[in-house]
Amino acid sequence: MLRAPDLLGRRLLFFTGKGGVGKSTVTAAMALLASERGKRVLVVEVDGKSSIADRFETAELSFTPTEVYPNVFAMAMDTEASLKEYLKLNLRVPIVGGLGPLAKALDFVATAAPGVKEILTIGKICWEVRESLEGRAAWDLVVVDASATGHVVSQLGAPDAIRDVVAVGPVRSQTDWMSALLADPSITALNIVATAEELPVAETIDLVSRVREQLDVSLGAVVVNQVLPALFTRSDEVVFERLCGADAREVLGIAAGGDVGVVLEAARLAVSLRTTRATHLERLRETVDLPMLFLPYLFARSHGLRETRLVADALGAELGL
Amino acid sequence: MTAADEDSIEGSQARSGAESLHKSLEPLLASKEMVVFCGSGGVGKTSIAAASALAAAATMPGKVLVLTIDPAKRLADSLGLQEIGNIETRVPQTAFTAAGLEPRGELWAAMLDTKQSWDALILRHASGPEAASRILENRLYHNVTARFAQSHDYIAMERLFEIHESGRYDLIVIDTPPTRNALDFLDAPARMAEFFGGRLLRWLTLPYRVGGKRGARWLNYASKPFYQVADRLLGNQFLEDIAEFFLSFQEMYEAFVTRARAVERLLHDKRTTFAVVTTLEDGPLHEAELFCAELEKRNLHLGCLVINKVLPSYLLSHSGVQAADKLSVNAESVAERLAATCGSPFDDTARTVRVLTTIGESFRNFTVVARRESELRSHLGRHGEVLIEVPAFEVDIADIDGLARLAEFLLPIERTV
Repeated sequence: MLRAPDLLGRRLLFFTGKGGVGKSTVTAAMALLASERGKRVLVVEVDGKSSIADRFETAELSFTPTEVYPNVFAMAMDTEASLKEYLKLNLRVPIVGGLGPLAKALDFVATAAPGVKEILTIGKICWEVRESLEGRAAWDLVVVDASATGHVVSQLGAPDAIRDVVAVGPVRSQTDWMSALLADPSITALNIVATAEELPVAETIDLVSRVREQLDVSLGAVVVNQVLPALFTRSDEVVFERLCGADAREVLGIAAGGDVGVVLEAARLAVSLRTTRATHLERLRETVDLPMLFLPYLFARSHGLRETRLVADALGAELGL
Repeated sequence: MTAADEDSIEGSQARSGAESLHKSLEPLLASKEMVVFCGSGGVGKTSIAAASALAAAATMPGKVLVLTIDPAKRLADSLGLQEIGNIETRVPQTAFTAAGLEPRGELWAAMLDTKQSWDALILRHASGPEAASRILENRLYHNVTARFAQSHDYIAMERLFEIHESGRYDLIVIDTPPTRNALDFLDAPARMAEFFGGRLLRWLTLPYRVGGKRGARWLNYASKPFYQVADRLLGNQFLEDIAEFFLSFQEMYEAFVTRARAVERLLHDKRTTFAVVTTLEDGPLHEAELFCAELEKRNLHLGCLVINKVLPSYLLSHSGVQAADKLSVNAESVAERLAATCGSPFDDTARTVRVLTTIGESFRNFTVVARRESELRSHLGRHGEVLIEVPAFEVDIADIDGLARLAEFLLPIERTV
């Protein structure tokens, strides 16, 4: 078993994963956990689905960070706004209001050109981290709700992709420090969120090898989310099996009423679900040599800040805090 | 089926559902030629689409194709889909027999290979082999097709069109790509047309068309600031590469737009229907509702809503909750009675108490989730004519047998096992 990684000691944490595994919840929980340990945190939502706002129960996010929880600031990525900011900072091109037709043209080029859109995203993120490292911005930690497994490699690989295609110019010259920042394991960690189900596990395994082949970005941990509780030990399970037998059921029926059958059936469902997932988890553990953090399935009434807090607690425990 | 299931209203509906028109996919699968399954990632779209195709082949004569995007490996294997790209493969009769089915039709399956499909499209539309290879070898080409947000969506719709046009199948069931937004593919044909041929492209490539590749640029008033900024940011070599790429694409513009319009017409055709898949979770449900509303707005046919991975309704039965509580509260006396009546392995009453308490607690835990789901379910707005619920399966759907089990919830099927 690998030791719990010192994720809170880094400055930039990415969370990716297959859709539906709870990537945004884990991202929000990590931010909350860090803030409670005295850090000033910036959360960046890359895919504008307002999931982060839901996790903190706040209004929709914009490109300008807003405080969503004490010491947690959150922003939604917007490539046009990022470009505007970039132009203002780097080229001193005066841009008043919207970029207008220029934006449309740039958007068009950005779509066609490898990595331009991605560099505007990753560039803004790296820039915030670098400004903080050099004392011009006050983020102790930047946490990113990154793109899903399918897109994250091209996103993080954007600085390299740009270097391949753009021969000269300021964009090219700025990719070097970004690449260095992403590759530094004392600063950056790419974490993968998964559930113990077939496709999320397969995508995690696939992503780990693609990251190692194609990127120079340090991997952090695999967060296994929604782990169902183990109901029984092996000897307990023997008792459970016998409870389902006719004679035992009769006793249970007398004691608990006629519907004891469905209670046993529900327990059986819980056991089978856990067993099915255990095989996927086994495969994940055998294949991926990264530290794993396990978060329990929450039998909660709703999703929101309360759930985020519960996940943050579980995450803290897994990180040995 | 348990006692509780029978006395709960939800349960009895789910069971009789198979016979009722509004709880079955049968009318859709029997009358439409294309069924497009959509929904957000992780809801089980691929399995539902494959099970629908299987159900159609099992119960109706004719040829059915399931065009799938990114199936789990074991499912792909069970459908006979190796890494063979766009090739359509027939699912062998023996696979049906093993799952206790006697199919009346044929089931075919294919996976969507985006790159291969794009290449085929270029070869078809280009003016000649030379023009085609100029595009296929352009270093931006792969990038554009692989990264353009609507590229996967478009090519899926394009393949649907092509296969439908070939007339090889009576019914085509298609799974949509996992996009950031389930609505994206509805706009894909229109955006594709805009992307490859719009005014913007002409404007952007203007200096290169007028001045020649390395010649003096003639810049109009509007495009000047763009080139100034772009040049400074990216260097002009890069801009030239882009312009060259789009110039070669431009000769295909007419063909491309005509085709994109045809694809769009197909989505609106009355032979096409959409099936929205969701689970009872906030995110997917929200997306499903958005999608249903959007279909209506665009005058597209919403065939049905499939709610997948629904927890058993007995978790909501009052008598079940009561029984679970009694098991926990009276665990000690129950354990003693079990030891007295049944003997081993109940002789260790402490252990029996532990097991009984756990069973009771687990039931309560799952009840919380089932309530949350039913609460969300009750807020569900409009959803077309057909609403189908598919239960949470305790094991993965990884083979024909699993698909057949799932299919039984979609429409009545006769199975011998």
